[in-house]
Amino acid sequence: MPEAVLFVVLAVIAVAAGVAVFRTDSMARASYALAVSFVAVGLMLLQFRLEYIGVITVLMMVMEMAVMAIFMIMFMGMNPALMPMDMVHSKKLSAGAAIGLFLLLTAGILLADWPEGRSNAGGDLTRSLGEAIMEPKMLVMLVISPVLFATMVSALVLANPHGRYSAYPLLPAEDADDDGQGHEQGQPGGSGGHAAHGMHGTDGGSGTSDGHGQHHGGGGHQ
Amino acid sequence: MTPGAVQQLPVWGPLAALAALAVVALSGAMVNDVLAARFSGRRGGGFAPIAEAARLLRQRRRSTVAADELLRRVGVAGLTVASALKVAVLPVGAWVVSDLAVGLVWFNAMDVLVWAFVWLAGWGQNSVFPLVGGYRFLALALAYELPLMFALTAPAVAAGSLRMGDIVAAQEGLWFVVWMPVAFVVFLAAVLAFSLQRPFTAPMAADIAGGVTAELSGVDRFLVLTGRYSLLSAGAGFAVALFLGGGSGPLLPDWLWFLGKTVVLLWLLVALRRRIPQLRPEQLMAPAWVVGLPLVLLQVLIVAVVTINGRSS
Repeated sequence: MPEAVLFVVLAVIAVAAGVAVFRTDSMARASYALAVSFVAVGLMLLQFRLEYIGVITVLMMVMEMAVMAIFMIMFMGMNPALMPMDMVHSKKLSAGAAIGLFLLLTAGILLADWPEGRSNAGGDLTRSLGEAIMEPKMLVMLVISPVLFATMVSALVLANPHGRYSAYPLLPAEDADDDGQGHEQGQPGGSGGHAAHGMHGTDGGSGTSDGHGQHHGGGGHQ
Repeated sequence: MTPGAVQQLPVWGPLAALAALAVVALSGAMVNDVLAARFSGRRGGGFAPIAEAARLLRQRRRSTVAADELLRRVGVAGLTVASALKVAVLPVGAWVVSDLAVGLVWFNAMDVLVWAFVWLAGWGQNSVFPLVGGYRFLALALAYELPLMFALTAPAVAAGSLRMGDIVAAQEGLWFVVWMPVAFVVFLAAVLAFSLQRPFTAPMAADIAGGVTAELSGVDRFLVLTGRYSLLSAGAGFAVALFLGGGSGPLLPDWLWFLGKTVVLLWLLVALRRRIPQLRPEQLMAPAWVVGLPLVLLQVLIVAVVTINGRSS
């Protein structure tokens, strides 16, 4: 009985936080309301004795919201993210898509031919779930995952001007820039660094090496 | 690999764990102030943290205009909560508050909560320097988190379990620090990073007027400073459980060994981090990912090969 009550409380929190995502006018509150919703779902998974999946859900979703805060400045600039703003757009289309998906999933749940449940499943449930989902492909998954990871890291290294053209910065960026020329020589192809440099030159404040260094630090390393 | 390697404490367990965490964290702060006093040629200094806590608790709380009060409070109180939740799965000798089957992943999840809390504390104040500080922490966190995750993988692979009790039990013969030194060093660096200690203090640096802590006073500042020391203490405790054999040792009871090792490691970290200069936020990514990540992956590979050979023979 207490478990059922806890489940209902967590379910209500998950739905209420999900609603709050669209009702609030602040991007920070919206993203962390979504995190709260997912944390409640993660705790519900703990109730199913799927400890690994539950804790990983909490970990991934909280981390994702923190990364979302980085996207806020990467893609939107700081100003719109700081201002109060409406969290919904294309209202008719998105409401239609949401209701349609909800009906589809509900129909799937009600109409699917579920296997008979066992009241007390034993053993390591995470292991059984993993084997049930991908047992024949386990070897493929295990080979692919390090390859995927290595691809992601190398893509990031190549995408970063510093990663590609000056493999490992032995000197801090500022020190190379202090004479105003090291920057040009050090990065023949670093377009990100050049863009930041050019923008800085036009705003009339490039006289001080200190300000320059700050600007380059922000622009070159993103 | 028995689930009963450690014993769960009854109802008073959480209170005992919190009290132990508070005492260990206070000892770290005291050592820090004794060292600071000695550095400036004075004696004593051990009671400075208590005096500072008393001062902060009487101080009036400052608030900023149009602050997001909810998010600010969540962030400010969160650091201490995250460290307390970490300690919940930490086996102190043969006792643990919650013998979770995935204790190591739980520790990692709580450590990711710190990302959210520092950023929320910075954002919620609606002030420039705290906001910059919050983003600086995210920049550091992106760099240290992956090496930390792989450093955590090494003891888990060697023990064949994610349960903290099993990982401690697997070190009966040989402490993991002996054959996973790289993972140990990376883990200690990450402990300094997630507890906002030098060299990872850029989010609260002087060049941005204290960053995340710039607008905090009174009980808010007290909570953040306490949170840093309790995160550092929890990190030291996990380093002992993961790499330094947990509570194993001769003569004395194992809980005493565990607490002794934790306190000594905490004091060493406190003394060490006073001697390291602060990193600028953009300086961490290249060393952490270009040097640290391959090294720690190599470490995990060696551990995996040794473990599989050990099992088949």
